[in-house]
Amino acid sequence: MGVRTWIESWPVYRQLTGSDPLGRGAAAKSGPTERLTPRVASADRVVKSVCPYCAVGCGQNVYVEDGRVTQIEGDPDSPISRGRLCPKGAASLQLTTGGAREHRVLYRRPHGTQWERLDLGTAMDMIADRVIEARRAGWQWEVDQARTRRTLGIASLGGATLDNEENYLIKKLFTALGAVQIENQARI
Amino acid sequence: MAECHPVGFQWVMEAKARGAKVVHVDPRFTRTSAMADVHVPLRAGSDIAFLGGIINHVLSTGAYFRDYVVAYTNGPVILREDFRDTEDLDGVFSGLDPDSRSYDPATWQYRGVDVQPASGQRDQQFDRLNESADVTEAARGESHGSGGPTIPEGEPERDESMTHPRCVLQVLKRHYARYTPEVVERVCGVPREVFRQVCELVTENSGRDRTTAFAYAVGWTQHTVGVQYIRAASVLQSLLGNIGRPGGGILALRGHASIQGSTDIPTLFNLLPGYIPMPHAHQHQDLDAFVRADAAPKGYWGNMSAYLVSLLKAYWGDAARAENDFCFDYLPRLTGSHSTYETVMAQLDGTCKGYFLMGENPAVGSANAKLQRLGMAALDWLVVRDFSLIESATWWKDGPEIDTGELRTEDIGTEVFFLPAAAHTEKDGSFTNTQRLLQWHHQAVPPPGEARSDLWFTYHLGRIIREKLAASTDPMDRPLLDLTWDYPTAGDLDEPDAEAVLAEINGRDARGAPLSGYDQLADDGSTSCGCWIYCGVRADGVNQADRRTPGGEQNWVAPAWGWAWPANRRVLYNRASADPEGRPWSARKALVWWDGERGEWTGHDVPDFKKDKSPGHVPPEGATGPEALSGTDAFIMQADGKAWLYVPAGLTDGPLPTHYEPQDSPFPNLLYGRQRNPVRHLLPPHPDNRYQPSAGEPGTEVFPYVATTYRLTEHHTAGGMSRWQPYLAELQPEFFCEVSPELAAERGLTHTGWATIVSARAVIEARVLVTDRMATLTVHGRPLHQVGLPYHWGPNGYSTGDAANELLHLSLDPNTHIQEAKAFAVDIRPGRRPRGPAARELVLRYRARAGIDAGTGTGL
Repeated sequence: MGVRTWIESWPVYRQLTGSDPLGRGAAAKSGPTERLTPRVASADRVVKSVCPYCAVGCGQNVYVEDGRVTQIEGDPDSPISRGRLCPKGAASLQLTTGGAREHRVLYRRPHGTQWERLDLGTAMDMIADRVIEARRAGWQWEVDQARTRRTLGIASLGGATLDNEENYLIKKLFTALGAVQIENQARI
Repeated sequence: MAECHPVGFQWVMEAKARGAKVVHVDPRFTRTSAMADVHVPLRAGSDIAFLGGIINHVLSTGAYFRDYVVAYTNGPVILREDFRDTEDLDGVFSGLDPDSRSYDPATWQYRGVDVQPASGQRDQQFDRLNESADVTEAARGESHGSGGPTIPEGEPERDESMTHPRCVLQVLKRHYARYTPEVVERVCGVPREVFRQVCELVTENSGRDRTTAFAYAVGWTQHTVGVQYIRAASVLQSLLGNIGRPGGGILALRGHASIQGSTDIPTLFNLLPGYIPMPHAHQHQDLDAFVRADAAPKGYWGNMSAYLVSLLKAYWGDAARAENDFCFDYLPRLTGSHSTYETVMAQLDGTCKGYFLMGENPAVGSANAKLQRLGMAALDWLVVRDFSLIESATWWKDGPEIDTGELRTEDIGTEVFFLPAAAHTEKDGSFTNTQRLLQWHHQAVPPPGEARSDLWFTYHLGRIIREKLAASTDPMDRPLLDLTWDYPTAGDLDEPDAEAVLAEINGRDARGAPLSGYDQLADDGSTSCGCWIYCGVRADGVNQADRRTPGGEQNWVAPAWGWAWPANRRVLYNRASADPEGRPWSARKALVWWDGERGEWTGHDVPDFKKDKSPGHVPPEGATGPEALSGTDAFIMQADGKAWLYVPAGLTDGPLPTHYEPQDSPFPNLLYGRQRNPVRHLLPPHPDNRYQPSAGEPGTEVFPYVATTYRLTEHHTAGGMSRWQPYLAELQPEFFCEVSPELAAERGLTHTGWATIVSARAVIEARVLVTDRMATLTVHGRPLHQVGLPYHWGPNGYSTGDAANELLHLSLDPNTHIQEAKAFAVDIRPGRRPRGPAARELVLRYRARAGIDAGTGTGL
């Protein structure tokens, strides 16, 4: 760094000669500050999304770097939210990438006192067997001589946090199974 | 709204900046109150008295929008001679059967129309003979979610001058005459001068040039008269001409990302996609009978057979043919209510053996949380799909009943599977927001570990079950094996293609091409459509929910962002934004209008009306369905094309909103001799669901304070998506209650200390926040202290506390089967609650003091 560069980088010099006579902006900016970049600047891509909390439907931009979600911010393009997120929406990064999420299937056997591990494929197979059995046990062709063609042996609860496509498959499958006790948060 | 829907509230602030007045009616002072022009604290559970008072003001001062009321509402329609109002029968309507605790709504009908269609009448008698009318009817009311229920055929008699003593407007006037400012003051605790100010603000801001909007959330729905709360707002807004117009409406602020979507494409017992009712066992023997009983002769519900047949084609594909009734018989049938609360009862009695929880946490999130846990403890197996180990996954080892000794882990036979769920960033799919807008979200990364989407889980579970039953010849398995279940999958995880599911929802024509709107649906099996109101979301094969033209590049309606059902209309019934001749009521409130030269409706929004139906159109004699709608029938889903000031059919608890006290109330009903909604939905007596005595009965004084539950900005519902986030846990670290300085002094509660709160169901503890935000009101001439309880907590996660839902009873709205979470009675005392068996003993002592038994609070 030459003497001239050194003098010209001096904040007081910049304040007196530059466009920032009050020394509250460019004149006061240090080298490290100058070199700061937004944490999203190095993202490989931006994925368009929607906040998963309440039903306002704020737009989210999901930043992905090296195959990981690195930041979630409000989408300024959204005519609903205009880039804003509330404290919950702004915490979406913790919701999706935080340490509180379970990544493994857990199993508690009848009368068991602790969780055990179970692999996903085994769990799916066991659940399928139980659905078939409970469905048959609770089957009712008729109630009071009126045809019902249903089962009261299985029930499902939840859906308001899920996608439309997921709710569609849940209702479709459970209806075909003959289950009627299908409910979600809209009831409460 | 600022508290629970903060980003949506920016538009209220935009309106305020342009001169709008903001009125906030809420027992607690919140961030909304802070920004409002007027905050009106009122007694929780008294809103019908409050709204009824405004209706009375509007009717008695003639402030209603007469031209709108005559043209677009049923105000001029004349009622039957044998209808009796609450004015005549001291708080009940004609048709009440005290034994079955239900109404026969026959006398509520319009005069001059035929009675029920033949099949409907036959079914009703069948129900009565089987003594199942109450539960069956209870479940039927809500099945008309998107539009009006059946109006029997024939043209209703009208008096355009609205002076006939039995016309709806005159009946309305008499019904609400007793809802005076003095009554509002005594019942609600709202001083007369404040109430007058609200009345003036609302009426001055309604009419040709101005519109008023009402926004509400579950503070209105969670009551034994919840539907009637919203009906009261509907009456008011219809009188003032505030429906179907820009800046008007009654806006439900819904609390989950796609709770609207899960109602439209329902995971609900009583509905099929698009608000088609689930068939009832006693009523609908085949497709034709079902459609005859439930389709309206006039309006767009007249095409219900096309919607239903297209759904059956989407479900069962080639197996659904005309000769087998399009597999209508494959649909399971209802016998009354099968709501989540009846499901708990079915778990307790051993009928329901297996339970899936998909992103819901009833162990702390549902009313009377203890019953929820006891129900789960009686299951054979439970599958919990969530992000973290929520209380509904761990109650068997650390739930409150383990502490009290009522349950022992080793004794609980329930097998529990916890399956981690994928986050919204890890899957493709659409949410439907609170304004009916579908927005697509894209997968950013694959889900970690064994986490999977619910699309993956449901698809593969169905695939495995179908494989296991592939060789079955049991007729019970036919619906499963005939099901169309062949979605393409991709990637290492075999994730089903969400857009392929959306394509099925949108529907296809006979050649498999995507449909562009529900008017293309046919009832001959040539079209398939998974949800008729969503038809068009993938018009031209394009995912319309994924449209993202920036808001700044569009007009104020922003029609090119996402897609709103139906047909991308942003304001429902917007034909009413124009006068009967098709001209905007005023230039500043123009939304859609009739372009006479081009012979079509046009405007800023997509017209919610047949494009070329002129304002002067008179339907031909004998027309049915949409063809029967005239050029001024703006409310096209309604069976008579009109907004309903009075509900002739479809509600279980009366044609007009009427103030009843909550199930548990320290006050008598000042307006009528009837304390509670006589047909509220009570569950069978259970030792853990005791009700409390109310005013006039001994023991009421044991629970002297009114309590209500609510949300905070920093947490979400029962906390499953917020109590595990460090940022949010730091902002709201633990459960607390809000009490006034007067209540604190009366009961010795100290700020930041502990309080114990007791109902007949449970005892909980909370940190105390002494604050003026929870104002002491003067109700029935005496001070009333209210206890505010945010309900986000449970014992798991970073931010912990007792669940407010422990305190609640199960006394439900008879139309929706929604619990009364927003107004109940409690006692509060200083200090922490007892631990171990002593906690239950305290509740039992309270019950004994109040003289509570199985019959308490169950009278008509």
